Amino acid sequence: MNGAGGTGGVEEAVAAAFREEWGQVVATLIGVTGDWDLAEECAQDAFAQALDRWRRDGVPRRPGAWLTTTARRRALDVLRRRAVGAAKLREVAVLARDERAPDPYDPDDGDVVDDRLRLIFTCCHPALPIEARVALTLRTLAGLSTPEIARAFLVPEPTMAQRLVRAKRKIRNAGIPYRVPPAHLLPERTTGVLGVVYLLFNEGYAATSGADLVRANLCAEAVRLARVLARLMPDEPEVLGLLALLLLHHARRDTRADAAGELVTLEDQDRTAWERSEVDEGTALLENALRRGRPGPYQIQAAIAACHMTAPTAKDTDWADVAALYGELARLVPSAVVRLNRAVAVGMAEGPEAGLALVAELERSGELAEYHLLPATRADLLRRLDRTEEAAEAYGTALDLVENDAERRFLERRLAECLRAGAAPPEGGRRGTARPDGP
Amino acid sequence: MKYVMFICTPVGGTELSPEEIADDPAFTPYIDHVRASGVVKGGARLRPGADATTVRVRDGEVLLSDGPFVESKEYVAGFDIIEVADLDEAVALASRHPAALGGGSVEVRPVWE
Repeated sequence: MNGAGGTGGVEEAVAAAFREEWGQVVATLIGVTGDWDLAEECAQDAFAQALDRWRRDGVPRRPGAWLTTTARRRALDVLRRRAVGAAKLREVAVLARDERAPDPYDPDDGDVVDDRLRLIFTCCHPALPIEARVALTLRTLAGLSTPEIARAFLVPEPTMAQRLVRAKRKIRNAGIPYRVPPAHLLPERTTGVLGVVYLLFNEGYAATSGADLVRANLCAEAVRLARVLARLMPDEPEVLGLLALLLLHHARRDTRADAAGELVTLEDQDRTAWERSEVDEGTALLENALRRGRPGPYQIQAAIAACHMTAPTAKDTDWADVAALYGELARLVPSAVVRLNRAVAVGMAEGPEAGLALVAELERSGELAEYHLLPATRADLLRRLDRTEEAAEAYGTALDLVENDAERRFLERRLAECLRAGAAPPEGGRRGTARPDGP
Repeated sequence: MKYVMFICTPVGGTELSPEEIADDPAFTPYIDHVRASGVVKGGARLRPGADATTVRVRDGEVLLSDGPFVESKEYVAGFDIIEVADLDEAVALASRHPAALGGGSVEVRPVWE
């Protein structure tokens, strides 16, 4: 036992244990009892007991092991009380015997599959709706409360509670197995898990203003989950690629908006305020992943982010490299948004005319007709060619489509610049009646 | 676990009889797989929706209507009762079914036990 300092020390220790161990405790308890609700209940109970007991007896040497044992005993009590028939009693006997099972916290027990891996693959099972996968991952693995998840996804609390109940019920009733998928399913399922973590990050990333702090916190949660995955699957290059990508984006979190909450583009961000340790960690992870010679979408996106972030100034960005990487990404992911990003990079590498040609191609395909960044990109390329009249018109189209407030204000500033340069104001469309930000 | 796989095909598609299905090369790999694995515990090919009669009793009166209980783009052409370890195994079997491969779909429903 470590002699804990004051009361604050114990509370901090419990809070730290909650962040570090919640997922592990819940995962182990589900593995042992097969009952998701009971697992959560007993985990919660163990953390509550920790507050009292650690204050009295000191913080245990291995908080995770203490919490798991306490939660397991509690589950055993509950099941004993519930047990009525012989079959139930047999189950309890199995559970009691498991008390002597290999200790997952013992570093010598190397071949024990981490229960958290089972948990995350089950939470992200493709038979569950995507919103449920995200919510369940946040609840069971990351330990966010139902109200917190509801706030983060801008839905009423009862809706989120219902979503979690339904997901857990389906896992039980439909026979979704609690396991790491066998080899022939693993690549596809791993992609699914990474997709959930990436979506989580993007939800948080889209939030920029102070009122959206709960949503912004999703980025930190996504990084934490990606870290767990990278620790559990250290030989999967795309897992490392995802963590690298998230770290490289996350490192810029304090520079993406100014003091007034206005959007600051990559070009104008204060590079000295980027979280250097995260940039370094991200680039090191990326190198480690790429060395394995199995590139994938996350590694390529991380490589693009690294191109931007390792340039000493925006002007030093190697746009030819960025354009080539987007070309490679477009081959792997047939997405119009990726092709639009490539147009931006080509516009920087070879000049605005070359970028405009690619934008025109996308416009003809009609794929991104409702996406504000398509006209916004056209506008930016025209602006750089001093074709302010046409640029102003394109900014007008983008403003008709934009939904996010910070982005709208950014486009309005750019339009105002064009107007000051002598362009005629664009025909007003749906502007002013645009929908507020959010799903 | 027991599941029922509802084999759904688009309305207006070709109606194959059980004999035609048995001879259809598109079904051969599936049928061979099912025989070898022994997971199918029962099932039936159903006559088309046009031959269905839907029965309701309201206020003691038996009401009949011609056709399936719900009109939709797909209808249940047959079902298989299977016994497998979990949903992953059920999905693996369903995804080999010619209906799932060829424009229709297979609904996998756990049996309430």
